[in-house]
Amino acid sequence: MTDTTEKAAFRAAARDGAAVPQPPPAPRRARLWRGLTPWLFLIAPLALLIIFTYAPIANMVAYSFTDWDGVSPELHYTGTGNYTELFTREDLFQVFFVSGYYLVASAVQIAAALYFATILSFNVRFRNFFKGVLFFPYLINGVAIGFVFLYFFQDGGTLDTVLGLFGYHSDHAWLGTSTSANVSLAGVSVWRYMGLNFVLFLGAIQSIPGELYEASELDGANRWHQFRYIIAPGIKPVLSLTVILSISGSLSVFEIPYIMTGGATGTETFVIQTVKLAFQFNKTGLASAAAVVLLLIILAVTWLQRRLVPDDRVDLV
Amino acid sequence: MTRRAVARAFVYLSLIVAAVVVLLPLGAVLLTSLKSSQEMSDDSGALTMPKDFLYFHNYVTAFQDGRMLSAFGNTAIILLVAIAGTVLIGSMAAYAIDRFTFRLKKLVVALFLIAALVPGVTTQVATFQIVNSFGMFDTLWAPIALYMGTDIVSIYIFLQFVRSIPISLDESARLDGANAFTIYRKIIFPLLRPAIATVVIVKGITVYNDFYIPFLYMPSEDLGVISTSLFRFRGPFGAHWETISAGAVLVILPTLIVFLLLQRFIYNGFMRGATK
Repeated sequence: MTDTTEKAAFRAAARDGAAVPQPPPAPRRARLWRGLTPWLFLIAPLALLIIFTYAPIANMVAYSFTDWDGVSPELHYTGTGNYTELFTREDLFQVFFVSGYYLVASAVQIAAALYFATILSFNVRFRNFFKGVLFFPYLINGVAIGFVFLYFFQDGGTLDTVLGLFGYHSDHAWLGTSTSANVSLAGVSVWRYMGLNFVLFLGAIQSIPGELYEASELDGANRWHQFRYIIAPGIKPVLSLTVILSISGSLSVFEIPYIMTGGATGTETFVIQTVKLAFQFNKTGLASAAAVVLLLIILAVTWLQRRLVPDDRVDLV
Repeated sequence: MTRRAVARAFVYLSLIVAAVVVLLPLGAVLLTSLKSSQEMSDDSGALTMPKDFLYFHNYVTAFQDGRMLSAFGNTAIILLVAIAGTVLIGSMAAYAIDRFTFRLKKLVVALFLIAALVPGVTTQVATFQIVNSFGMFDTLWAPIALYMGTDIVSIYIFLQFVRSIPISLDESARLDGANAFTIYRKIIFPLLRPAIATVVIVKGITVYNDFYIPFLYMPSEDLGVISTSLFRFRGPFGAHWETISAGAVLVILPTLIVFLLLQRFIYNGFMRGATK
């Protein structure tokens, strides 16, 4: 602002044939200062971003081609050895199958969230109570959830007691076999995360204008028609986002199985394995390769989603 | 008409079943936390009522022997510093990105965008070395720095808000001789209050619940936070479910209170955070 007014004054002075004053040096410094200003605001955020996100990624990629143990000063370049090991050693590859349980659970979770969001978007008694109850698990501390469900699944615990009420007395150790343990843990994950999906869907459904429902009712649409032709298209962006979050979530499951079983009885997930490789067995190189693979998968899935479901949201800038 | 009635009944039935599924595991733990070890050894089942609903002995044990006081203290320090830092850093970044045009702006935005896609869990393998080289391992600074430095969601929330503040406010302040810093401090920051509230709540709950980072970076027992202290209940209280339950209830209770008081903000906050 000041810059241009001064220039205008300067030009006017020159045009009027008056003695041209020396332009003060301030404008140039001001311009330099103005160019610097945004960087002064960005310096802290960018520094943190680079130190704690991009530097680790770069290091991780570098480590993944070595046999470094994370401690000793010497490391050897092993080329793609870690990657071949990862995909050829069956015990390392096994963990991907565990993600399958969580993927199936995610599908159940999304279906349930969609169902509850739909019925709670219409007029239901005690709506806020049900909304709160369904969402609250998402806010609970993961370790507390782990303990709540260890108690739930243990012999004579909550689940056995409830089944006993219905006359079903089982001696089944819920966390005892691989399949049963994984199904139980995936169930806990549905219990924990369904609330978030549900609230996201509910928000999307409630942002659909109410006149549409009224108009459709005049045209003789029933609830199913309303869901099929009004709600479903309205929540498509949120749905595709949820699918992405679920897929990357299923691949990076860590907390619940780690707290509840420590990865025992075949419940080890990809991330638990990576953490153990890095911090228990000091195989930083191999763990880095595993982390790079996971990162690439998640980025690929996200990119695919962006390609398949181009959203019409306004971009950031 | 009858079909409608059946449909209604089904809707309510499904809601009640869902509520039971959510509340039953929590209720069982609450009941267990109020039982004496005597009652527990009677093996009466998880859903029997405790003899005395005001039996708080387990809570005292959990709080004292489980070192919950220092855990709450450490968590409070981390929360305060990390949230203050996040608010400051996020709002500065949002202000710079929205209100200025500068070279490399697209690159800066892309850096933040891509970082949002990287799950923090994967990069810890290499982040550990960096945190360690700063000498932050096993100090409260490790989680504080990581919570501040890897929070892209807050920047998005602030960005949405900065954009809704009319630019004419900046311009008129500039005419009055204010520079960029004064505008940020006197105009933008105060107007960001709703966004700050959102970030404080969302970030606060996330930090309070985080287990992985404190577990990895603060192994010392006196640096326990809520999650890690509760996690350590597994050893000494191995089979004492009444004590473990009391610990779990102590951890869940603050969350429940905050949720009941700030429901609306919490829904909106997590919605905005997730659908960035």
